[in-house]
Amino acid sequence: MRDVAVVGFAQSPQVRRSDGTTNGVEMLVPIFAEVLSGLGLTKRDIGFWCSGSSDYLAGRAFSFISAIDAIGPVPPINESHVEADAAWALYEAWIKLQTGEVDTALVYGFGKSSAGDLRRTLALQLDPYVLAPLYPDSIAVAGLQARLGIDAGKWSEQEMAEVAVRSRRDAETNPYAQLAGSKDADALLAEPYLAAPLRRHDCAPITDGAAVIVLAAEDRARELTERPAWITGIAHAIDSAHLGARDLTTSPSTAVAAQRAGGLGGVEVAELYTPFTHQELILRRELGLDDQVRVTPSGGALAGNPMCAGGLVRIGEAAAQIRTGAAGRTLAHATGGPALQQNLVCVMEGRD
Amino acid sequence: MAEKVRAAVLGTGQTHHKAKRQDVSIAGLLREAIDRAMADAQVGWDDIDAVVLGKAPDFFEGVMMPDLFLADAVGAVGKPLLRVHTAGSVGGSTGVVAASLVQAGVHERVLAVAWEKQSESNAMWALSIPIPFNMPVNAGAGGYFAPHVRSYIRRSGAPNHVGAIVAAKDRRNGAKNPYAHLQQADITVESVQASQMLWDPIRYDETCPSSDGACAVVIGSERAAAAVDRPAWIHATAMRSEPTTYAGRDQVNQQAGRDAAAALWKQAGITNPLEEIDAAEIYVPFSWFEPMWLETLGFTPEGDGWKLTEAGETAIGGKLPINASGGVLSSNPIGASGMLRFAEAAMQVMGRAGEHQVDGARKALGHAYGGGSQFFAMWVVGADKP
Repeated sequence: MRDVAVVGFAQSPQVRRSDGTTNGVEMLVPIFAEVLSGLGLTKRDIGFWCSGSSDYLAGRAFSFISAIDAIGPVPPINESHVEADAAWALYEAWIKLQTGEVDTALVYGFGKSSAGDLRRTLALQLDPYVLAPLYPDSIAVAGLQARLGIDAGKWSEQEMAEVAVRSRRDAETNPYAQLAGSKDADALLAEPYLAAPLRRHDCAPITDGAAVIVLAAEDRARELTERPAWITGIAHAIDSAHLGARDLTTSPSTAVAAQRAGGLGGVEVAELYTPFTHQELILRRELGLDDQVRVTPSGGALAGNPMCAGGLVRIGEAAAQIRTGAAGRTLAHATGGPALQQNLVCVMEGRD
Repeated sequence: MAEKVRAAVLGTGQTHHKAKRQDVSIAGLLREAIDRAMADAQVGWDDIDAVVLGKAPDFFEGVMMPDLFLADAVGAVGKPLLRVHTAGSVGGSTGVVAASLVQAGVHERVLAVAWEKQSESNAMWALSIPIPFNMPVNAGAGGYFAPHVRSYIRRSGAPNHVGAIVAAKDRRNGAKNPYAHLQQADITVESVQASQMLWDPIRYDETCPSSDGACAVVIGSERAAAAVDRPAWIHATAMRSEPTTYAGRDQVNQQAGRDAAAALWKQAGITNPLEEIDAAEIYVPFSWFEPMWLETLGFTPEGDGWKLTEAGETAIGGKLPINASGGVLSSNPIGASGMLRFAEAAMQVMGRAGEHQVDGARKALGHAYGGGSQFFAMWVVGADKP
């Protein structure tokens, strides 16, 4: 394997509603400029481009077609796109770097969830024959998952509330976060249910946002930045689509991805993509994270959840921990699909 | 610098393509292609390390990220499943991404599947959703591309019947392919010219059908290929993108297409494509795109593509048989159409193309394009190791 590192990261502010079009251009242009100028690069220095977005969020076919206008790809570029969170676009870019065909890649993701009714839109990810026609929305599906864990004694509403408190208080130091600050857990538990057993604080907000990461290989990475966040392992896996056929209180694909990413020994910080509080509790267990590991210091999805960019933000935040010298070895996680169906784990380290 | 692992197509499979495959679910459609590809490659589920799934817009079937609900049906549970979407070129891009998973040294065998079940909706209108700050498409792909064709005819001076020659040839080729949607063995240049004009100069018989269908390929490493009789070695892959519009853009002979072809030929060590390529499967949804792509791909100088077509050199038995399978003009499940081109190119060099086999094909091109002729994916496969 070639050594590949995250060398640059930028993100848009995470906001409830942006004024731009659904193709992301207005969110992407400033962060492309920020990340490229920070590295002293121009678009012509990028060997491969890959993005993640969703036509259903944008309400149109081929939303990524207009998104490439944010690049201005004249002359033409070597480019691809995944219909998923851009963490999977980063995986495709990492693969491209591994083939040796290119030495640099730029990955971006964007989502303007405010354009539609996100809960109902996400229901269309379910089996179109037997489940989607019933329109169980994303919060209802997550609620079933939370209820199963509570009934099985795996977690409690109290523990879920504590996740929310920590996340939103951590977000106070994240200038990009949509929500920051929190009442204490007892006060949160006094609030009414949104979809029992989930309360408002258990659910990620609806967010417009975008993010970009630059990857580079070997000497190119060392040239571009003083402290690259070297990817020591990256892997992803998916679980069954049939909610009734899965033990929703577990996440086997997360465990598989972590194992294929080469293990998590020595990880100091873990940025987990958890749109619901109880999902952090599931992931901690699957990843075997003990109290020594600092979990999602950015505040995570509970403080701002740009669809199709949220997973990429986790990788960027975990890389930033290394690039600033705050940590030596970190983990990022991304998820997609209902109830943590698809999961990606990326482990990074600094080298002196 | 990493040494790229050699990769090969171990097996291919496709569905019987039809206007409406109401006999199968989406999952059933995919499995028809996957099961055939895995049988052709002589592999079982345990041999597959990862799955790459491609299709065009989710609106065509009304399912958001349908790869998620298909995880079980495509055998991906517990494995990596990657969803590619690069517009009409997606079938080709899916093949390129699957190849790169092997070439990167990450996986031994990867299953790639691309599909579209267009009967679930109306593709033409799904493509015509008005977009802010963009010229409306209004009349689907045919309305969008017809002006480019008119421009090609004006620039090249091609005689008007060249489009009909392509259509009659591809449909007759399709009649040799048991999987092709349209089976029109008796079509003639004259009958094409007598068909309804849809978007001047594109007539009904010069237009691709709207199909339900899927295509799958199994791609493996050199080690995995050792177990296969006559795999199709992947000699080169290329992808390029450019904006739909920009000042001075040549929409007939696009720079992205020319750049992708140049990168492809260079990687494959090909200096004279017309002499070195034995068969080509190129994405021709409207007849005139055959001569247009001949020029963009560098098979002929600019302005001369139609001469090769008119001389009959792109028919089976000609100098460069194009779309011996019948091509997109005979079957067009949009998301799968690019992978069908890639798979049919592989079938030619594997000697597994049956009735539409090009004699002695050793090196073949698979080509796909998408969007407003702005996304390109291509590969060269060969009977010999690169």
